[in-house]
Amino acid sequence: MTKKNPQGEVWIFAEQQDGKLNDVALELCGKARALADVLGVKVGAVLPGYQVAGLAPTLFAHGVDRVYLVDDPNLRYFTSSPYAFVMETLIDKYAPQIVLYGATPLGRDFGPRVASAIRAGLTADCVELEIGDVVDAKTKEEYKNLLYQIRPAFGGNIVATIVNPERWPQMATVREGVFPKQEPDATRGGEIVEEKIALDPSLLCVEVLERMVQERTVDLKGARIVVSGGAGVGSKENFQLIRDLADALGGAVGASRAAVNCGYIGAEHMVGQTGVTVRPALYIAIGISGAIQHIAGMQDSAKIIAINSDPKAPIFSIARYGIVGDLNQIVPWLIKAVRERPTE
Amino acid sequence: MASYNSIVLVKQVPDTSRISGDAMNSDGTIKRSALPAIFNPEDLCALEAALEVKDRFGGTVTVVSMGPPKAADVLRECLYRGADRAILVTDRAAAGSDTLATSYILSQAVKTVGNFDFVFCGRQAIDGDTAQTGPQCAEKLGIPQVAYLLEIIDVKDGKATLKRSIGDGWEIVRTTLPALVTVVRDANEPRPCSSIRVMRNKHKRVPAEVQDPAALAPEDRLEQWSLADIDADLDRCGFAGSPTKVHKVTSIVLKTEGHTSIEATEEGVRALVAELVKDRALA
Ligand SMILES: Cc1cc2nc3c(=O)[nH]c(=O)nc-3n(C[C@H](O)[C@H](O)[C@H](O)COP(=O)(O)OP(=O)(O)OC[C@H]3O[C@@H](n4cnc5c(N)ncnc54)[C@H](O)[C@@H]3O)c2cc1C
Ligand SMILES: Cc1cc2nc3c(=O)[nH]c(=O)nc-3n(C[C@H](O)[C@H](O)[C@H](O)COP(=O)(O)OP(=O)(O)OC[C@H]3O[C@@H](n4cnc5c(N)ncnc54)[C@H](O)[C@@H]3O)c2cc1C
Repeated sequence: MTKKNPQGEVWIFAEQQDGKLNDVALELCGKARALADVLGVKVGAVLPGYQVAGLAPTLFAHGVDRVYLVDDPNLRYFTSSPYAFVMETLIDKYAPQIVLYGATPLGRDFGPRVASAIRAGLTADCVELEIGDVVDAKTKEEYKNLLYQIRPAFGGNIVATIVNPERWPQMATVREGVFPKQEPDATRGGEIVEEKIALDPSLLCVEVLERMVQERTVDLKGARIVVSGGAGVGSKENFQLIRDLADALGGAVGASRAAVNCGYIGAEHMVGQTGVTVRPALYIAIGISGAIQHIAGMQDSAKIIAINSDPKAPIFSIARYGIVGDLNQIVPWLIKAVRERPTE
Repeated sequence: MASYNSIVLVKQVPDTSRISGDAMNSDGTIKRSALPAIFNPEDLCALEAALEVKDRFGGTVTVVSMGPPKAADVLRECLYRGADRAILVTDRAAAGSDTLATSYILSQAVKTVGNFDFVFCGRQAIDGDTAQTGPQCAEKLGIPQVAYLLEIIDVKDGKATLKRSIGDGWEIVRTTLPALVTVVRDANEPRPCSSIRVMRNKHKRVPAEVQDPAALAPEDRLEQWSLADIDADLDRCGFAGSPTKVHKVTSIVLKTEGHTSIEATEEGVRALVAELVKDRALA
């Protein structure tokens, strides 16, 4: 078990695939920077991979002070055991106080393995991280500067604040899109710490034989306007209405899980707790009831318009504008009005 | 022909898709008793994967659950669907376990069962929602893990070739055995219960479920283990063994700012668009 180290750095796992850092790693840089500034410590990024040293400047520009580079051909493709071993070894050596991972398929695969090996806690899918104090209700002992790890659970119906008073590092995973990516500062520099970590053959017992990565075709997160359809749209053919409105607005197409499950549209369009978190300037929810798991992924949108035939649909409770009526009538009107809109 | 033994970890969970205001306490915690308890959906897929290994290559399927006596429901359901052996780990000292402690307890149970080639888990439980227990069990057992199984391609010569999801795509990997595999919903269609197996197993109970355990006939008895039975170190179980502490829980409160109802007419919609243009919401 690692020692509690209040001088320890704030770390992020710099996830890359095929030599490209993923967005969530850069989003974490900004958050780690903010936490480290409160604590008065440095930000470190652990970067395992093969021929990935070129990624360090991007990490510096996003707020990292020190990149721990582990370059090894055996780390070219992710497999759980060697990646976990690298992380465990570095945590043991440097005793960071906080370690953040993207809650990506990869982060959720090996992060828990790291936590188990070093017997630390790991809080899943945090939506907010803050520094705060805690007084133990029973012992009255005060703990200063703990990481509040705030996460939804029970299918998004509750939000729990989790702390690790005694056993550090404090580790958490964070979903993509939860924290905004900060503007990079290309003038920021940093230090590269090269680490050689011997990987025992016993760690290399999973071989990747074949790999297919689909290009991400949907940029929901970056869209200023998102138009989402739900089960109320009624059919795959009718979903064209949603696409047409999105086209007219120059926005991206989103969907509820029910719409995805009904086969109206692919899962890469899903907004919500299990899908993407979006915070566009305008979110239009059409034929979506407003289940808590959907709301979890869009409630921070600047303006929400809800179109639903049921005046009691929960979506109206978070909507800035509500239209009660049949979407088959209203959406065509909306498309027409948008196409013919006056320009300022 | 070689045969392969599987252990499946299954969890009983409250049906979180049916939560309404009635199921929430005023302090934001959940009244578990107000929600139906169900078989964690992805654990049914984990069970199906193990049954598939048994059907294709031979071997046995043992299921293990940790939870209160009532969790024996999911064990019976496993027997109805084709599992050979079912064990409930139940002990008051396990209460309050986070995923680190839970995975410690489950891995001790797996070691106690012994002689396995595969451990199958669901990817994620729908209540705690962490997806951490599987990978942590793998680490504790000192075996490799393959997360997000989509398809069992082949098992031979002590190795398994598996197709797994990687979010934006898929991967085919080959792992040595034993290995722990977490299974996603898309992997398979769980088979239904067989009526013969229901008849044969529906009277089975763990001792903790019945008034008078001594009166439980041996053929009606499901295995029940305590933490002592799996040689667990109590410092690593329950609250004591859990580094994460729940500091505060709140139920989700939705924010309602000014709300404007738009008339469901063509004019109403036109006025809305004009307002959005004015507010620069439509760039
Ligand atoms: C509000 C709240 C928030 C929480 N947040 C965290 C957190 O962030 N980090 C943390 O470490 N713990 C957390 N916990 C504790 C966690 O829910 C429990 O440790 C739980 O026992 C296992 O986690 P899970 O439900 O997320 O299961 P998962 O890890 O999602 O389960 C994955 C798979 O593991 C197997 N499995 C899991 N539990 C069992 C079981 N009891 N018996 C048999 N098989 C099982 C199943 O195959 C399952 O599909 C939280 C609990 C609450 C109430
Ligand atoms: C663990 C967990 C995670 C989940 N994650 C997500 C997630 O990430 N994202 C997500 O979206 N869901 C998620 N869900 C599912 C969620 O609970 C809901 O089931 C889902 O969001 C419902 O989708 P919907 O609103 O499209 O369908 P419904 O709830 O069926 O609503 C359809 C709506 O359409 C309206 N309607 C019908 N016809 C018309 C018409 N002609 N004109 C106008 N309105 C009409 C109806 O009044 C109704 O309100 C999750 C669930 C669980 C348990």
